[in-house]
Amino acid sequence: MTRALRFTPLLLLLLVVGALTWRLTTPADTAVPSRMTGQPVPTFDLAPLVVGKPGLVSADLASGKPRLLNIFASWCVPCIAEVKVLDGLRRRGVEIDGIAVRDRPQAVAQFLARNGDPYARIGGDSESRLQISLGSSGVPESFVVDGRGIVRYQHIGPIEAADVPVILAQLEQVR
Amino acid sequence: MTAEAGLAALWLAAALAAFQLLLMVLALCSAVDVQRAMRGVAMVQGALTIMSFAMLLLVFARTDLSVALVFENSHSAKPFMYKVAGAWGNHEGSMLLWVTVLAAAGAIMALLSRRTSGRTLVAALGAQAALALGFYAFLLLASNPFARLNPAALEGRGLNPLLQDPGLAFHPPTLYLGYVGLSVAFSLAVGALLTGEVDARLARAMRPWVLGAWIFLTLGITAGSYWAYYELGWGGYWFWDPVENASLMPWLAATALLHSINVLAARGALKAWTMMLAVIAFSMSMVGTFLVRSGVLTSVHAFAIDPQRGTFLLALLAIYVGAAFALFAWRGATLKEGAQFELVSRESGLVVNNLMLSVILGIVFVGTLYPLFVEAVAGAKMSVGAPYFNAVAGPLALILAMLVGVGPLLAWRRERRPVLRRLTVPALMAATALALTIILAPDMTILSRLGLAVAAFLAGASILPLIARNPLRVPLATWGMVIAHFGIAVSLAGMAANAAFTSEKLAVARVGETLRVGPWLVQLEGVAPVAGPNWTAIQAELRATRGEGPVLLTPEARYFTDPPTETGEAAIRTFWNGQLYTVVGKPDADGGWQLRLWWKPFVTLIWAGGVLIALGGALALVGRLSLFRRRRPSADWRKERYA
Amino acid sequence: MNGRVLALLLAVSSPAFADSDLPPAYWANRQLPDARQEAAADALMDQIRCLVCQGQSIADSDAELAGDMRDLVRRRIAAGESPAAIRSWLIARYGSWISYQPTAEPAAWPLWLAPLALLAAGALLVARRIKVGR
Repeated sequence: MTRALRFTPLLLLLLVVGALTWRLTTPADTAVPSRMTGQPVPTFDLAPLVVGKPGLVSADLASGKPRLLNIFASWCVPCIAEVKVLDGLRRRGVEIDGIAVRDRPQAVAQFLARNGDPYARIGGDSESRLQISLGSSGVPESFVVDGRGIVRYQHIGPIEAADVPVILAQLEQVR
Repeated sequence: MTAEAGLAALWLAAALAAFQLLLMVLALCSAVDVQRAMRGVAMVQGALTIMSFAMLLLVFARTDLSVALVFENSHSAKPFMYKVAGAWGNHEGSMLLWVTVLAAAGAIMALLSRRTSGRTLVAALGAQAALALGFYAFLLLASNPFARLNPAALEGRGLNPLLQDPGLAFHPPTLYLGYVGLSVAFSLAVGALLTGEVDARLARAMRPWVLGAWIFLTLGITAGSYWAYYELGWGGYWFWDPVENASLMPWLAATALLHSINVLAARGALKAWTMMLAVIAFSMSMVGTFLVRSGVLTSVHAFAIDPQRGTFLLALLAIYVGAAFALFAWRGATLKEGAQFELVSRESGLVVNNLMLSVILGIVFVGTLYPLFVEAVAGAKMSVGAPYFNAVAGPLALILAMLVGVGPLLAWRRERRPVLRRLTVPALMAATALALTIILAPDMTILSRLGLAVAAFLAGASILPLIARNPLRVPLATWGMVIAHFGIAVSLAGMAANAAFTSEKLAVARVGETLRVGPWLVQLEGVAPVAGPNWTAIQAELRATRGEGPVLLTPEARYFTDPPTETGEAAIRTFWNGQLYTVVGKPDADGGWQLRLWWKPFVTLIWAGGVLIALGGALALVGRLSLFRRRRPSADWRKERYA
Repeated sequence: MNGRVLALLLAVSSPAFADSDLPPAYWANRQLPDARQEAAADALMDQIRCLVCQGQSIADSDAELAGDMRDLVRRRIAAGESPAAIRSWLIARYGSWISYQPTAEPAAWPLWLAPLALLAAGALLVARRIKVGR
């Protein structure tokens, strides 16, 4: 048996142990990022869900001003905390549109009445179709959309107080 | 006191393992004969770990809530069986079980081994002690199962009803016996590489251990597959999930080893390769344990990652496998491979078998770990799943299954008879199966069609070694081989039939509505709420008919309150020619119920085949062991034709 | 090993709080009337990885998002779209992670080359052991 052949297993082991060590030091991030950043928002037309609040059409997102597109649901527990942070953002002049995933009108109305309402418009996405076409993998999730309707940034999970500067910076950057 | 006794026993065992390792070094460096001392130490070490594990069982049986592990994983209201099974249903307990099997295997090796040369036995027991030492350190330093809780808790936290399942209780010990049984093959290989005594004698000493471990692995995989089938509720039996692959890889390596070891035993050839396989088989067990315990790969559900434990296990893996590989690189050159094999011979057949099994093992290994490499190197996420494994490993497995029918017919050294003529009947069976499927099921996929044809061929060919011989005079090992190979045909037929003939009906049905699935008419007779001790459920009453009398099935959708979870309880009815598999899901807005119905012709053959394979292994093991007793003084192994 | 069974067990039991109370989408749990279309949809759903339970395909998952994805796949197949087009549409949104079938991108080439390389290397080793010809 040649020398090279005898040392091959050792080399392969080194490779495998190296990869596994890397994984142990860099724990897996199970979030699946959207590939839509840099792409125009897909065309859609979501009917209004709450009385007195307009629905959401893709053209609304190309308004010339950057906006935050927030995917939420009344049945989603982390969304309760997040909506309060969003309300703070609204007070600082951020325009926020909401997409309520798999939700009922009364439930959303109740949710907003109880936790605050930061949304300029709310579209209902009862079969997660817009959520899927945005490449979003759960609720809550948010996208920064620039004035031309192009997705610029994705935030996976609830926006917490600590994330506010990042979101503001992203909005500023695409202005 | 019990917990302290268990911990003390574990420390003592660790000390003895260190002593055992020292003895080996002494024996290898000088001419001191340590064999007797070594055997004694190994046996006491085994007894101590068994005692330690017994203590753990005892504190769990008594629900001693002053032990942290019991508090975390048990509850006084649990049924007794699950209290005991709870001992190994957690990280610390399962690692103690692992090391117990490891040390007990070492003790049995020390007690029973008469075949191995003294020097190799000493070296192998030393290697076994080195293995055990690492896992003792892991337990004692990083995951002490006997840690006390002060003050003792009033009640335990482990009353998760979902974890009270016979499959869950007995699946892990079965797989562990398989995983750790391979450690003996590893140690014997390391020992023989150290002493240079890689010969037929070693192979014959190693063979029963590999067979035994392989039987448990086969049973564990079969049972796990059936468990997933009835529990997951979508009718699938194998998902190519990383955790499943972790149990398949040692099995593939052990299967290859089982065959190459015969070449070493009968011809004294394939020395380096067999030693390599023995090392790889146990390495795959450790890789599997690491993958599952550290949670580094996204499985059906993500595990909590404990970096400290993961690092410890990875370090052990790297040290042991690295040392064995380095030893191989160092000593491999001294192994003489002898003359080449004739093209048409048993040896060549077994070599090709090993080639195919190793390539399949390589594919499973690469497919399982490749996404990790891509992410490490390129930062991109990638998925490798069932479509890949089926497309790549499937055809290879079919070719292998076909060769399984031919190999056992070949004589050792050189086959001079026309073997192909003996295969006329199996070939006709395959042709018939092929013709029938083309006529009756023209839409079948090519892989299923070939699967059925190869299964028919192998069913016929596998029993040929028995034909024209007096069945009473055929050695047990040959019977075992025939049954195991026939089991492969049975399992393959089940897989192909399931893939090709399954009828599926997914629908939303109202009460009174009738659905058709395959030959069955299934009526949703009613939906009723039922309650268990800690769950409520919606139970669907289904009435299925096909010609003969009706069959009643009651699948359930259960809602547990603590912790809040939903599970589906499939209702499955087995018939001689298949299974009717029913699941009820959620209601829709206007009074309909989600129903999932499957008619799966001959699906049970998949697991029946698995059981046959294990049974064949058991017969072979019995045959090998009694062979040892009868022929101990002068084994004339050259006469064994169907070994 | 018990991790495996535990893993499967956890998959069966989805945490109840993360679900909406809306009924599943229409085509989530119904088959397309056309058997050929349903077979095509089924084959595609087996290839798409579930975003929620990550270890299962959307065909085998109880998650709501998986149900909505099944609905999307069946709807598009029924509308005449090819499975390959739907798959690339999903990959354009979620990256190749979403597909259990490795894509044709260069990063996946080693996956397809590895079996061939293994087979070739093995055959070479075997050839040295076996006397071919007289």
